[in-house]
Amino acid sequence: MTTTAAPLDVTALRADFPILSRTVRDGKRLVYLDSGATSQRPTQVLDAEKAFLQQHNAAVHRGAHQLAEEATDAYEGARQRIADFVGADFGELVFTKNATEGFNLVAYAMGNAATSGPEAERFVVGPGDEIVVTEMEHHANLVPWQQLAARTGATLKWFELTSDGRLDLSDVDSVITPRAKVVAFTHQSNVTGVINPVDVLVAAARKVGALTVLDACQSVPHGPVDFHRLGVDFASFSGHKMLGPSGIGVLYGRRELLEALPPFITGGSMIELVKMEGSTFAPPPQRFEAGSPMTSQAVGLGAAVDYLSIVGMERIHAHEHALTVAALEGLSAVKGVRLIGPADAVDRGGAVPFEIEGVHPHDAGQVLDSLGIAVRVGHHCAWPLHRCLNAQSSVRATFYLYNTLDEVDALVDGVREAQKFFGVA
Amino acid sequence: MQLQQMYQEIILDHYKNPHGRGLRDPFDAESFQVNPTCGDEVTLRVKLDGDVVSDVSYDGQGCSISQASTSVLTDLVVGKPVGEAFQKLDAFVELMQGRGQVEPDEDVLEDGIAFAGVAKYPARVKCALLGWMAFKDAVARSQGAA
Ligand SMILES: Cc1ncc(COP(=O)(O)O)c(C=O)c1O
Repeated sequence: MTTTAAPLDVTALRADFPILSRTVRDGKRLVYLDSGATSQRPTQVLDAEKAFLQQHNAAVHRGAHQLAEEATDAYEGARQRIADFVGADFGELVFTKNATEGFNLVAYAMGNAATSGPEAERFVVGPGDEIVVTEMEHHANLVPWQQLAARTGATLKWFELTSDGRLDLSDVDSVITPRAKVVAFTHQSNVTGVINPVDVLVAAARKVGALTVLDACQSVPHGPVDFHRLGVDFASFSGHKMLGPSGIGVLYGRRELLEALPPFITGGSMIELVKMEGSTFAPPPQRFEAGSPMTSQAVGLGAAVDYLSIVGMERIHAHEHALTVAALEGLSAVKGVRLIGPADAVDRGGAVPFEIEGVHPHDAGQVLDSLGIAVRVGHHCAWPLHRCLNAQSSVRATFYLYNTLDEVDALVDGVREAQKFFGVA
Repeated sequence: MQLQQMYQEIILDHYKNPHGRGLRDPFDAESFQVNPTCGDEVTLRVKLDGDVVSDVSYDGQGCSISQASTSVLTDLVVGKPVGEAFQKLDAFVELMQGRGQVEPDEDVLEDGIAFAGVAKYPARVKCALLGWMAFKDAVARSQGAA
């Protein structure tokens, strides 16, 4: 992606994020390079949550008093703004507690399809059917599909990775065959930042009538995403990775699919008619939002997409690209550092995983932490990916709109410091 | 500096020159433990001679803390009766879970007292205990089998 838009004024942006000016570990300036795990929130988001709670708080979709009306408007207004932000219609977004719940919702609803009447027939999976995933997946978009396969007798298949960590798409038709019922894959890897060609996979899935489920956790926060244009059937992402609150995620489903999909969690708020003998269910999205939903979190996420829209997703993407290029360059110049995944920044978001010869990632992370630099160490919930790339675990730096080139330099210096400390430089 | 408090010389020495490393025969029981947050793993074997721990051998992949603490473990328990080894285990667990508030007894833990600084970092406590949990499990297995 290229852009001609003006670069970000990061200094001004950073002033919106109070946490970025705190110090850690005895007065070290905080260098936060872990936004891939969770992002920080600007005052605009915090203020929106607080204003909602101080002025409009009530249970949504229940009660006829003024506060209930205002709370419902705030909640549904947020849904509309988030839908606009990701290229979806109002009724196509379901609020969940996080992206993980979104994947489980689809997988369990499909598991319920066999006993849910003719409308749900298209979702039924069973012996002889195939569920396709990739070796690149976060556990959140892998384990629910393993479980669905185990419950239904379907077979799990997956795309393997090339040695530099991209999807091996050399023989798509042998992986996505006419037996495929679902193809679940990530838009952008949370470990390597690799951006997958959604069009190729969607086309292959459509050809055989399989549903597509996109993990949009790392794409929606970091660049322009339009679900209608991508043509995926379902997509899931989390608020806390996009300047919004934790405790809220979003599941996108194409309207006609959500209308036919049976529920996963049942109870209050998701019904149409309840009798002792049985119940009927509300249309989507309510059918998938059983119980009292999160409210201030939805409002906060609405404020987060407002904030991101004002800054501009193209500009954010370009900014992170520049940081990624600098980090790859800086780290590859350090002797003893092995970059994991692609060595370049082509079709890649702002995530840079690496190993330091002779320094275990946990120990490297500890040295960086002592310098105030927050990175993620471990397998980042993508154990199979690490196995494919011959890494037991890794150090991962991830970037967001508020990170600077200075911080990339601090990371590279910190890596040298770690080598010195462990006597391998 | 904080880092040196955590990574005491003793820990770095054990990390670079681990004691008792490598899997050996004969053994009575083996335990495989993994730290699911980082993927670190250890396979540890125990050989008992009557009531005495006659050998502990291990292999694994892990950070300096997990590797060094397993090395220290072998120094502390090999040649000791199971009861005494478990007293040391209890003392080490208490130290590691003490958030830096527990004063370790050098007579009991010897080089193990070097891990007192690690106890201040909750994220690393599991690393320090990985090999010890494998030891506990392996002994339980060998006694269960006996
Ligand atoms: C690519 C990807 N998928 C799924 C998830 C799961 O998100 P959550 O833990 O918010 O449900 C994450 C983050 O943890 C992620 O980075």
